[in-house]
Amino acid sequence: MAPHNAQNDTVTCTIDGLEVTVPAGTRLIEAAARVGIEVPHYCYHPGLSAPAQCRMCLVEMEGAPKLLPACTAQAGDGNVIHTHSEKSLKAREGVLEFLLLNHPLDCPVCDQSGECGLQDYVAEEGRKMGRFVEPKRILGRDDFGGDVLYYGDRCIMCTRCVRFMREVAQDERLTVVQRGHRAVIDTFFDEGLEGSLWAGNVVDVCPVGSLVSKDFLHKARAWDLDRSPSVCPNCSQGCNISIQTFNNQVTRLKPRPNMEVNSHWMCDYGRHNYQWMNRGNRIEAPMVRRDGKLVAVSWSEAMRTLADTLGKGSHAVRAVVSPFLSNEDMGALRRVMETMGGGDGVYRVETGEEAELPGFPTLKLRRDRAANGVGAELFGYRRAGGDDGTGGLDDLAGHDDVLFVAGDEIQDAPTTFGEKAAVFVYLGHALSDATRNADVVLPATSFAEMEGTFTNYERRIQRFLPALQGPGMSRPIWQILGVLLAGISEKAAPATIDDAFDALAEVRDDFGALSFRTIAPRGTVLPGFPALSEAAGR
Amino acid sequence: MAYPFVHPDETRVLSKHFGEPEARTLAGWEARGGYQALRKAVEMGPAEIVSEVKDSGLRGRGGAGFPTGVKWSFMPQASGKPHYLLCNADESEPGTFKDRELIRWTPHQLIEGCLIGARAINVQHVYIYNRGEFFETTQILARAIEEAYEAGYIGKDILGSGVDIDITLHMGAGAYICGEETGLMNSLEGRRGEPRLKPPFPAAVGAFGRPTTINNVETLCAVPHIVTHGGEWYRQWGTEKSPGTKLFCVSGHVRKPGNYEVPLGFNFREFIYEMCGGPPEGRALKAVIPGGSSVPILRPEEIDIGMDYEAMAAAGTMLGCGSVIVMDETTDIVKQVRRMSDFYTHESCGQCTPCREGTAWASRILKRIEDGWGSEEDLDTLLELSENMAGKTICTFSDAAAAPIVSSVQKFRDDYLALIRRGENLAASA
Ligand SMILES: Cc1cc2nc3c(=O)[nH]c(=O)nc-3n(C[C@H](O)[C@H](O)[C@H](O)COP(=O)(O)O)c2cc1C
Ligand code: SF4
Ligand code: SF4
Ligand code: FES
Repeated sequence: MAPHNAQNDTVTCTIDGLEVTVPAGTRLIEAAARVGIEVPHYCYHPGLSAPAQCRMCLVEMEGAPKLLPACTAQAGDGNVIHTHSEKSLKAREGVLEFLLLNHPLDCPVCDQSGECGLQDYVAEEGRKMGRFVEPKRILGRDDFGGDVLYYGDRCIMCTRCVRFMREVAQDERLTVVQRGHRAVIDTFFDEGLEGSLWAGNVVDVCPVGSLVSKDFLHKARAWDLDRSPSVCPNCSQGCNISIQTFNNQVTRLKPRPNMEVNSHWMCDYGRHNYQWMNRGNRIEAPMVRRDGKLVAVSWSEAMRTLADTLGKGSHAVRAVVSPFLSNEDMGALRRVMETMGGGDGVYRVETGEEAELPGFPTLKLRRDRAANGVGAELFGYRRAGGDDGTGGLDDLAGHDDVLFVAGDEIQDAPTTFGEKAAVFVYLGHALSDATRNADVVLPATSFAEMEGTFTNYERRIQRFLPALQGPGMSRPIWQILGVLLAGISEKAAPATIDDAFDALAEVRDDFGALSFRTIAPRGTVLPGFPALSEAAGR
Repeated sequence: MAYPFVHPDETRVLSKHFGEPEARTLAGWEARGGYQALRKAVEMGPAEIVSEVKDSGLRGRGGAGFPTGVKWSFMPQASGKPHYLLCNADESEPGTFKDRELIRWTPHQLIEGCLIGARAINVQHVYIYNRGEFFETTQILARAIEEAYEAGYIGKDILGSGVDIDITLHMGAGAYICGEETGLMNSLEGRRGEPRLKPPFPAAVGAFGRPTTINNVETLCAVPHIVTHGGEWYRQWGTEKSPGTKLFCVSGHVRKPGNYEVPLGFNFREFIYEMCGGPPEGRALKAVIPGGSSVPILRPEEIDIGMDYEAMAAAGTMLGCGSVIVMDETTDIVKQVRRMSDFYTHESCGQCTPCREGTAWASRILKRIEDGWGSEEDLDTLLELSENMAGKTICTFSDAAAAPIVSSVQKFRDDYLALIRRGENLAASA
């Protein structure tokens, strides 16, 4: 028997021969996970209540008369648990056989194929041959509204979707109708999930291909997707996401769990707002103005030209940055500005109604509909313009200072914008009427095409990794400006993202305590300085 | 209107006044000694009532046979929040019709039992959950409750004792699973009738999240008698472990079907053949289900046993709620089992995979065998799927659904094989 703990706030039990000590009240499935044992499960989801109804997680406890559902049974001191004993394997094989009775086995046309709870567990623990010879029940599919389709025949009635809407979205739009083997999931009223900001999560929680996304329908096979950990760029919450791509195109965004930021969830606004990452009309090569015309040049020529121009004489600098830029990008521009003698920088951000997820209230679709407005503030950019993210450029438009526009396409700026500037540098993705006035145009990668960090509403610094290959000769802004800085000062150009991050300490002391590699997987909140005014509201 | 069949060897304690319409009225009930037990109970106080009921050895008549006094003692002392007593009048087990008769003929007996039960566990509110299809019964009970309120037996300051107890009558919507104690609680609260995971047990977290005790109608009807005469008196009947009398509902191939009240431990063969008249003239007994469709079937040679919890368990079946279904040699066992299986398929709440899918699958296999398309492997499949259903779900419905299948395949294999062979022969000759 395992030793008893002195205090009774922890218990020690043995799971498949491994001893594990967990806080009292820990469920067996979670205690098993601690020692790397996965107990197969369907209805259990770490972000939802556990009804113990799929009966998939049955495990054997020595001395207990019946198998126990590991998803609800709590670990007790001295318990000896076998998760893969003959009895529990037999029970789970039974459950899997039951689940497959009426299942259409339409994996070849099912979007879940390759990441399906049924496929995985049946392959691991299921029967090789089914014994069901009766005709299968056919339910067909149902449009649940919003982005969600329901394939009734694939449903295993785990009710995760119902519980998500009830417990987390707290907006009961799904329910089980009928009972027994006639039970199906259905919506109330015609609107169904239409208009729910959180409904996309039901597709994620569904362990099988029963709830699928219309947007993703038949677009790609799960095993063909590349997945990159990233941070949602679409508001200042900073939900952790996985950007999933096929042939260098984003096909969908999925939430990644981070209990300190977004739990297991993300909103549909962020989820479905990815088409811009796939845009085709990108600038692919650096351009400089020759005889009044922008002509494509090599990077070295572009950088040499720029360094030469900026190196001559001294000019006040003004800048516009996009709140979709990374900390490293914004910081690099700030360093350039300071090297040149300082100047005024602004950022503009579109805002909208805030919307809270009632079951995890620190997750909100935040007012700022861009990831890094707080980062912009930290690096000394001032918020300008209106709630729609336009305007506020009037006092920049006609200045004769050096003008940097980074990321922001300034679509709304007058066609004369920047004409009088001593030098007008545009670093971005595409040309607009106003940015066509630039003297130097430099193709920048988007956040999805590079490594970097964002600072969310609570000043949490979070890392993201590249998901796409940037077009043509595009480069991260921190890299471009690092080279420029080396050209106009004694400073070395950053070779890696680590260097770029370390250089941030030059413009903000508080970044000195961090390094790119030591940012926690859940992000690190920037330590010790007074709260940013309004930051919480963004 | 006399009660259809009464046998002189019966011991009619609870059913004494069946067939007497006046017993339904308050005046009629009082004239038969009604509400004297309540008077005694309010003076006795909770602890004394519980110990009297413990002494009597009364066991729950809803099916599981759990000792009632012990169950009552699980209730926490006053927690400052409401506690509840629920009376389970959902009576839906196929073959069961005793609670309906108890309510129809002696509604005040139940009301008195509820009040004493409430007093025993210190609750101020009793819900009687009536089966949805009990239209007449509900009317009779509703009328009786009104009368009892008017007479001051229910409500505030009962009989000037300072004790307040309300009774609310609630009608279900006709789902078998709402007779399962926690399914009933969900239904009462207005949720889907789905059994809850235990623990927590109802005495800790029950109806509306409060400590709750749930008792069957017949259980509560026995309580006034025990309070009046004492626990020892109740033990004059029955066996050491199964004391008292019990109503048995007899249906099927007997000459005198109906409710019979006999002491527990009564000889089963004698009961079927003597008291109920046995199968019709010239037909032999084929099978008996002793405790409702949810318990294993017995063969004729297995019925020389006592009708008590222990003897039934020793015979591999259960006393259940005392619903005796008798089948003679004209019965097609496979069809009967298929019929029962269809019932379970229809009534499974559908939460648990083994129950939801297993019931429906079993029904379809049984139907195929019945229609002549079965094979011997189907019998193995039936046994194995039943094994995968039993003991692996939230409530015991799944076990109940498996019981008739397993016991019939084991005990009446020849009946199955005959259908399988007949189908094979037909196919071969076609
Ligand atoms: C599927 C199922 C159906 C049940 N139906 C009834 C019922 O209709 N009436 C009843 O009294 N008990 C029924 N029970 C038993 C109850 O759960 C519970 O044990 C009983 O009401 C407790 O009362 P008792 O202790 O007085 O027997 C059912 C149990 C199960 C598992
Ligand atoms: S649709 Fe998916 S999540 Fe919902 S009950 Fe069915 S299998 Fe579970
Ligand atoms: S065993 Fe059947 S009836 Fe009971 S909870 Fe599970 S599915 Fe519902
Ligand atoms: S995961 Fe435990 S019963 Fe479903």
